Amino acid sequence: MPNIKELNDFTTQVRRDIIRMVHKVNSGHPGGSLGCAEFFVSLYQDILDTKDGFDMDGIGEDLFFLSNGHISPVYYSVLARSGYFPVEELNTFRLLNTRLQGHPTTHEGLPGVRIASGSLGQGMSVAIGAAQAKKLNNDDHLVYSLHGDGELQEGQNWEAIMYASAKKVDNLISTIDLNQQQIDGSTDDVLPMGSLRAKFEAFGWLVIDIEKGNDIEAILKGMAEAKSLTGNGKPVCVLLHTIMGNGIDFMMHTHAWHGKAPNDEQLATGLAQNPETLGDY
Amino acid sequence: MKTYTYTEKKDTRSGFGAGLAELGRTNPNVVALCADLIGSLKMNEFIDENPERFFQIGIAEANMMGIAAGLTIGGKIPFTGTFANFSTGRVYDQIRQSIAYSGKNVKICASHAGLTLGEDGATHQILEDIGLMKMLPGMVVINPCDYNQTKAATIAIADYEGPVYLRFGRPSVPIFTPADQKFEIGKAIQLTEGTDVTIVATGHLVWEALEASKVLNEAGISAEVINIHTIKPLDDKAILDSVEKTGCIVTAEEHNHLGGLGESVARVLAQHKPTPQEFVATNDTFGESGTPAQLMEKYGLNANAIVKAVNKVINRK
Repeated sequence: MPNIKELNDFTTQVRRDIIRMVHKVNSGHPGGSLGCAEFFVSLYQDILDTKDGFDMDGIGEDLFFLSNGHISPVYYSVLARSGYFPVEELNTFRLLNTRLQGHPTTHEGLPGVRIASGSLGQGMSVAIGAAQAKKLNNDDHLVYSLHGDGELQEGQNWEAIMYASAKKVDNLISTIDLNQQQIDGSTDDVLPMGSLRAKFEAFGWLVIDIEKGNDIEAILKGMAEAKSLTGNGKPVCVLLHTIMGNGIDFMMHTHAWHGKAPNDEQLATGLAQNPETLGDY
Repeated sequence: MKTYTYTEKKDTRSGFGAGLAELGRTNPNVVALCADLIGSLKMNEFIDENPERFFQIGIAEANMMGIAAGLTIGGKIPFTGTFANFSTGRVYDQIRQSIAYSGKNVKICASHAGLTLGEDGATHQILEDIGLMKMLPGMVVINPCDYNQTKAATIAIADYEGPVYLRFGRPSVPIFTPADQKFEIGKAIQLTEGTDVTIVATGHLVWEALEASKVLNEAGISAEVINIHTIKPLDDKAILDSVEKTGCIVTAEEHNHLGGLGESVARVLAQHKPTPQEFVATNDTFGESGTPAQLMEKYGLNANAIVKAVNKVINRK
């Protein structure tokens, strides 16, 4: 059993990384990043079965694909602090010549990233392809993916959702970051999507909810349940109920910090709410 | 003058099907995907022999491009199959982000390119695909001329690491390239030697260029015909060496003059050796219904049109 306190401390440091990265270049997406911090920490510190080092093919290990690439700050922080590249490189986020592009890419060869994302709606198809390659390779490891809830407004997702169940892609766990926010407001204001559970189930997926998507114990328990559902002829969907901006009080429960950087004073406030644990980069 | 004849006509898409079938037997990493057009793409043989390596995606081209990108992660070499229109414009952003920018080893195989799919009309014809695909950084663009060359190109691209757009068509056209000719990506093939004009053609227009060269020869005009099967990377040297001799050039393609082979050639010439050039291509227009021959005549994409263009460009020397 992982040490929950250690994972919580890890998450606190990740929150510091996120707002420091975004503050430095006065751009980037802190809200969704903070909302998924516990999920990423759980994934890379406990859930994923990965090999040492990094190779593109990822045969013999679990794979993760980030479809909503704008939450790159949390991805980069957790990848760096999980050993994929030097933590100091977080200093280069969004700067000229960086491997840490605004949205994740394979183009600069950043270890840990296997597909470019940012233009929304494409990641589930890629994850399905990787999952089908695993089956061809007789590789019984799993493929995980993460998608924004607003991102499901892109039609390609529904092509992919229909395909994954029809073709029994049952080595795939796709998680939806259900923060109910998108750039122009709440998802219910912009384009209400009704019950995602009902939609995924109607498309033939197994669905579980993680109601406390910012609680590491709840995430570990829920993802273990998701994993137990794999291999049964159906893809698995996790509806991860998160709070956008979680862990920094003035950023929580609003879409206002989707793509906005904190100023100096706001940064200081945010950092004070999340004391240094693993050491700043 | 070297002359070319043929004993058989076949569709280039069948060359793709035959090449894919051979890859199925020789390269265990090759996988194929199709968006509900197996028969049109002639993929049956591969599927019959390798059912576990075939993915029927359904009518969902965007999903197909993403799945193809994902299949490369794990070492597969995916060949996607659908019409050229649905292989490019419909899924441009999926190709751009998940395949080209991500540097994935996907082979986008596109049938029914250009006007010659005929009666289905402009919704299914595409005259913009070469331009769309050549603009993507790192994308190789190939448009072979006959059955044999399409088969050879299909086999060759499996050994090339990186994204490729392979364009072919529906109508039966003369088979005139040798069945054993090795396909070299980016290496133009000089078909006839000439001194008065260079004709560089791609795809179905290569045979038309050879037909034109016969007519021109009878009129005392010596045409050097070059088969540019690879539009990107372009064989700059073959083009420059030829115009050094001839002093003028005609480009011929089943594509819009905006964004096609002709513009790529014009760029090379403008940079290295400004040379009079005429374009045999469509003029910023959509196609329409009709037989392939009717359409090629109406839109000026046949041997007659090439002869006219040659006469015009020679007068500009």
